[in-house]
Amino acid sequence: MIEICIYGRGGQGGVTLAELVAHAAILEGKHAQSMPSFGPERRGAPVFAFLRVDETERIKVRAEIKEPDVLLVLDPGLLGVGDVVSRLKKDGMTIVNTIKSHDEMKSKIEANKIATVDAMGIARAVLGLPIVNTTMIGALVKATGIVKLESMEAPMEERFGKVAAKNIAAMRKAYEETVVS
Amino acid sequence: MKKEKVVGLEGSFAVAEAVRLANTDVIAAYPITPQTHIVERLSEMVAEGELDAEFICVESEHTAMSACVGASAAGARVFTCTAGQGLELMHEVLYIPSSMRLPVVAVIANRALSAPLSVWCDHSDMMAVRDIGWIQMLAENNQQAFDLTLCAYRIAEDSDVLFPAMVHIDGFYLSHVIEDMSLPEDEEVAGFIPEYEYPFTLDPDKPVSMGCYAPPFIYPEAKKAQEVAFESTIPQILETWKAFGDRFGRYYAPVEKYRMENAKIALLTMGSCSETAMLAIDELRAKGEDVGLIRLRLWRPFPFKEFREAVKDVEVLVVLDRCVSFGMGGPVCSEVKSALYDQQKKPHVVGFIGGLGGRDILIEGFEYMIRSALEKVKAIERGEEIETEMIGVRE
Repeated sequence: MIEICIYGRGGQGGVTLAELVAHAAILEGKHAQSMPSFGPERRGAPVFAFLRVDETERIKVRAEIKEPDVLLVLDPGLLGVGDVVSRLKKDGMTIVNTIKSHDEMKSKIEANKIATVDAMGIARAVLGLPIVNTTMIGALVKATGIVKLESMEAPMEERFGKVAAKNIAAMRKAYEETVVS
Repeated sequence: MKKEKVVGLEGSFAVAEAVRLANTDVIAAYPITPQTHIVERLSEMVAEGELDAEFICVESEHTAMSACVGASAAGARVFTCTAGQGLELMHEVLYIPSSMRLPVVAVIANRALSAPLSVWCDHSDMMAVRDIGWIQMLAENNQQAFDLTLCAYRIAEDSDVLFPAMVHIDGFYLSHVIEDMSLPEDEEVAGFIPEYEYPFTLDPDKPVSMGCYAPPFIYPEAKKAQEVAFESTIPQILETWKAFGDRFGRYYAPVEKYRMENAKIALLTMGSCSETAMLAIDELRAKGEDVGLIRLRLWRPFPFKEFREAVKDVEVLVVLDRCVSFGMGGPVCSEVKSALYDQQKKPHVVGFIGGLGGRDILIEGFEYMIRSALEKVKAIERGEEIETEMIGVRE
């Protein structure tokens, strides 16, 4: 089982991200569970969403993820808010939306593996909006292979209808541009 | 076996699917966290023509249940849903359909009660309605939320039952979680819930008054009849769950057992934390400990026979309550003890309270309860008095 914490701000779409990837994993025949950090969401406040995917076993644990395999950070400003990176499992990975270079982030983040992408830049260029959740799915898929990129299309089409194409394009661009090491 | 497809579905949407597949005639509900997604999805289904039902927009839960009572008495198949404070506001009216034998179906996204205000899950709302005379059952995952909601209609409307039925789905843990589950094709559900024919439908040509007035010379007889009828619903509940299992391959029981073979220690849970508890049992079994898990699926009527049977060879029974009965401990623990009181051979019962107001109970929490219970049993055997422990509370 892979456990992912999505760390963003209320309104950035972290819960939607978790739900879309869960749907894609389930369409691939895997077991998945998406769970919001429960409670009334406040726009702009730091907020978690949780995602578990298991290739073979039904997911039984039903609680927030305390020690994730992957920390997906939608807003780089949140890296300094709360002691989130240290909660990663030993071989865990941090995936960050950042305008900084991969090497600079690598020196800043104490995680074995990191992945970086300028998701905000991509979202502004492709979607015309500063909303990075669908873009960051591209980074997540590149860094973890948790689902196939094409498996994301059906859930995004169902969720977004006419604007799905732009979101899929942003996701694909992020997939290409994400650097992992 | 019937044809089903595996889908990713939020617990709330799974409930809404069951309500749609049951061809519900009337829905009266008021949105409240964490039940809101059920109402939203149902109102969308009605607006989009996916479900040919009357959606009554009400101004409160008190009115929601009142509308359900009226619609059910008029012969409609009726659904409502609420949570926490909403169930409390509904409370006065909840006794009406059970006493008038109206088979309303309700789903509760269990939530703690104020104050302090909490939208998060515990079983305080459920325990506050334990005496209302509704059939009550609990789901542990989204699949069960769907299955049990569908079954609730068939149970409630059975002509030998005619009692309202309530399905408890833990708020957020089920209502807001998307997970994989099997959803039957529409045509596969057809016929599972028979056409609803309420035998005492309100009729303008034959006016009657229902439930209006009972002076002392008749009220106790009405209550005795109600209690006798209510207690005798278990065979019909079992019949529906058997029919559901034969059709869809998932069988339900009033008391569900997990790894109880030769178990000397049993943990008792209810609702969404039960599958996490299974993982704790797996870990303890791997260490060679004789532990197992039992879950109360049916809460009302209380399944005395099945419960006593499940614990007959158990030496220590560890009971988790997600609710405080102030001044009394845990309500489920109290009931379990009373169910065992007259038994010649009975386990030590050790109660814990945990998971209040949405506090997660992790695998370690269940392992702690079991270890701690064994220490408490030693103290009991030394003649000491044991208090109900609230786990994971900072002091």
